Amino acid sequence: MNEQDIRGLVEDVREGRISRRQFIHTLIGFGLSVPMAGTILMHAGVANAQAYGSFPYKPTKRGGGGVVKLLMWQGPTLLNPHFATGTKDQYGSRMFYEPLAAWDGDGNLVPCLAAEIPSLQNGGVGKDGKTVTWKLKKGVTWHDGKPFTADDVVFNHAYAKDPATACTTIGSYQDNTVEKIDSHTVKVTFNKPTPFWADPFVGTRGCLIPKHLFEGFMGAKSRDAPANLKPVGTGPYLFVDFRPGDLVSGKINPNFHESNRPFFDAFEMKGGGDAVSAARAVLQTGEFDYAWNMQVEDDILKKLEAGGKGKINIVPGGGLEMVQLNYTDPWNEVEGERASLKSKHPSLTDPAVREAFTLLIDRASIQEHIYGRTGIATRNFVNQPTRFASKDNKFAFDPDKASAILEAAGWKKGSDGIRAKDGKKLKYVFQTSINAPRQKAQQIIKQACTKAGIDLELKQVVASVFFSSDVANVDTYTKFFCDIQMYQTTQTQPDPEIFINQFCSWEASTKENKWQGRNITRYINADFDKVYRASQVELDPVKRSAMFVEMNENLIKNRAIYPLVNRPAVHAISSKLRLPLTGWDNDVAFIKDWFREA
Amino acid sequence: MGKYLLRRLLIAIPSLIGISIVLFTVLALAPGDPFEELATNPNVPPEVRENLRKQFGLDDPIPVRYTRWVTSMAKGDWGFSFASRVDVDKLIKGRLPTTLIIIGSSQLLALLIAIPIGVIAATRPYSIFDQVANTFAFIGFSLPTFFTGILFILFFSIYLDWLPFVYRADIAETGWRFYWEHLKQSIMPVAVLGLFQGASWTRYVRSAVLDVIRLDYVTTARSKGLSEKVVVIKHALRNALIPVVTLVALQMPTIFGGAIVTEQIFRVPGIGSLLISAILANDTPVIMAVTFVFACLVIFFNLLADVLYGWLDPRIAYR
Repeated sequence: MNEQDIRGLVEDVREGRISRRQFIHTLIGFGLSVPMAGTILMHAGVANAQAYGSFPYKPTKRGGGGVVKLLMWQGPTLLNPHFATGTKDQYGSRMFYEPLAAWDGDGNLVPCLAAEIPSLQNGGVGKDGKTVTWKLKKGVTWHDGKPFTADDVVFNHAYAKDPATACTTIGSYQDNTVEKIDSHTVKVTFNKPTPFWADPFVGTRGCLIPKHLFEGFMGAKSRDAPANLKPVGTGPYLFVDFRPGDLVSGKINPNFHESNRPFFDAFEMKGGGDAVSAARAVLQTGEFDYAWNMQVEDDILKKLEAGGKGKINIVPGGGLEMVQLNYTDPWNEVEGERASLKSKHPSLTDPAVREAFTLLIDRASIQEHIYGRTGIATRNFVNQPTRFASKDNKFAFDPDKASAILEAAGWKKGSDGIRAKDGKKLKYVFQTSINAPRQKAQQIIKQACTKAGIDLELKQVVASVFFSSDVANVDTYTKFFCDIQMYQTTQTQPDPEIFINQFCSWEASTKENKWQGRNITRYINADFDKVYRASQVELDPVKRSAMFVEMNENLIKNRAIYPLVNRPAVHAISSKLRLPLTGWDNDVAFIKDWFREA
Repeated sequence: MGKYLLRRLLIAIPSLIGISIVLFTVLALAPGDPFEELATNPNVPPEVRENLRKQFGLDDPIPVRYTRWVTSMAKGDWGFSFASRVDVDKLIKGRLPTTLIIIGSSQLLALLIAIPIGVIAATRPYSIFDQVANTFAFIGFSLPTFFTGILFILFFSIYLDWLPFVYRADIAETGWRFYWEHLKQSIMPVAVLGLFQGASWTRYVRSAVLDVIRLDYVTTARSKGLSEKVVVIKHALRNALIPVVTLVALQMPTIFGGAIVTEQIFRVPGIGSLLISAILANDTPVIMAVTFVFACLVIFFNLLADVLYGWLDPRIAYR
């Protein structure tokens, strides 16, 4: 798919020949994210008739819904959205704080504290791609009654940008500036043309905290702010109680800025325990209405669902379980560094071997026997699985063909059944973290490899070591002192720019950058680098999307990465609860719209 | 007595320092990084993490960090949780009461089961009652708490739907409903812990009472014409309790350890579940503080046992 094709599709949507949904699904098939596809339509000015209206909100008055109970097996440990270290904290703070706009499940931007979504048509988005002007909603007040104004927005920018405050949201605010135009208008100016402008003040990392309560606590003093523990936001619920790691509770905000919302009079978010019993509490006993992140085997979930009190909801998102083959030599030191960029893996750099590996990974079995509904086989690196056929999304599993390819490339079987060429044997160490599904997947891959004459030694590392950034430990995944490894990478941002950069040459993980580089396989490809650099300044979303498709294809064609399954977000929801779910923002992003069917 | 207590408390100080050094070193040498989640998040530049490490003094050598910890601890500053960005003592203060209530009532339940059943079984050895009590005691202490916990949940919450299995520390009800809800949600965790402990103590009380009930002074008491009740309770049981008190006091740390699992199963927001989440998040100051609180509890219960000896047996003098 190239630029022309995408433009053609946009026209089809404009003329009504295909629906928005079809358009988005087609682009997903080519490895683009939903929000990107949405952005293309937004940019082209294709009307967004029933974007968010597709969620039928029924209650006709505020309150009266009782208590909604959420269960997370990891409870929020802090409630300042700028400090959130994981999803659990983002969920907790989102109950009280709101961003200017949020992403819905179809990849559309929905205004929260903004009066409208900026676009080229309404003049909100600058033609040079460097500015965005946000009009703020008027008449919004913080929970303590103070008005919400442009000053608050400007303050949040300064607060998050200061490295001494140590905000986890800093990435969204460091390459831009924001200025106040009038009391309810702000202008964000980017340092360079930024095609994906909907990042600062948007979604999970865009939640706004009140200036009047945090002003005195910027920089190193940030940890002393009383409001860190007693949030005062603009959201649908007022703060009641917080016990770190255990419980967050709130009650209805009678002055919430949207009419008839929220439906529930109070909420409780309980933490702790394990995923299986959390599923039980929703699906079997109905003690809770919603449980988060069901990392439970699909068979067990199906059994629990049979109880009929609730159901499992699966929302596509950016998580990807994948296998990496090292391009560098992890066993010999070059200039005192293992897996140095100056070295070359003796056999894994051979295209024939890399090609054979794609045929030896039985993705269909991995999905069927391990992940079930909670992991969908894919070959694409960027983003979601292909619900709609993409021309090149075939993932064949064919050990015989793999053997033939290896045979033709000169890798002959020895007396021990292991292939070798010029004294180099196809013998590898395959590492991953300790986690039951991963160990099963390792076995499936090993079986096929043994058949094809490749010997795999399986190695398991404790997760807390494998995923640590401990410079002294040789078993971390960023060091990758091993031939093959498998883990899950997650696209945390709707835009894939920061996700796909893990294949840029300058991101290579080396001793010099203390193995902090994101390019862990050490994939070096001049074409890829060139396209990536171009995409960073390309303003036309269509051209830019075509570039991401090209980068995705580049990775798949060169066998830089072996995606296994896409891991959607899995939640348990009481059968009477109605909520708009989105894989591109928090589930509680639209907590104001949650309601219970009578 | 006062002097004795003071001396014992002073002796406790070097042991606490020793414990803290061992804990601190082990934690410092263990793999893991409190800011691990930031490391895997591409949107957070490495400088933020380095900044946090510097702010919390994580890059200093271990002896320096330990001295800093001890001095601030001496000043009453328990440290600062990396994960919650809250003072550790606040976290512990919020959690400790729940743990003490749950563990306290489970131990009470255990004693209420163990003492009467053990005594009755010992006064009528090899009777039907003794056989049945023995059988249940064996079953009770061979089943681990995590197993009975899940069994209880499946039976009482899911099959019968009588009891909630998610413990909530703040219940919105008032008046008697408040106590009722608390009672309802405490039944399962307390029963799991109490029955387990009660089972092994029953065996212990039985054998301790069996040891003394045949001694000459008990026969003397009987021959004086004292009622059987007085003989058993005042003469036999009191002496039999000395080894039991030792056992109960020395088992306290194990009980806190076992309670961690039970707290996790029933989502009791106690100090044990705080410890587990802190360990998972590599939140060293919290791990340090919680394990230190455990160490203090162990020392305290040992002291309590020694004081109780004197009350039970006036021949033991405090010197």
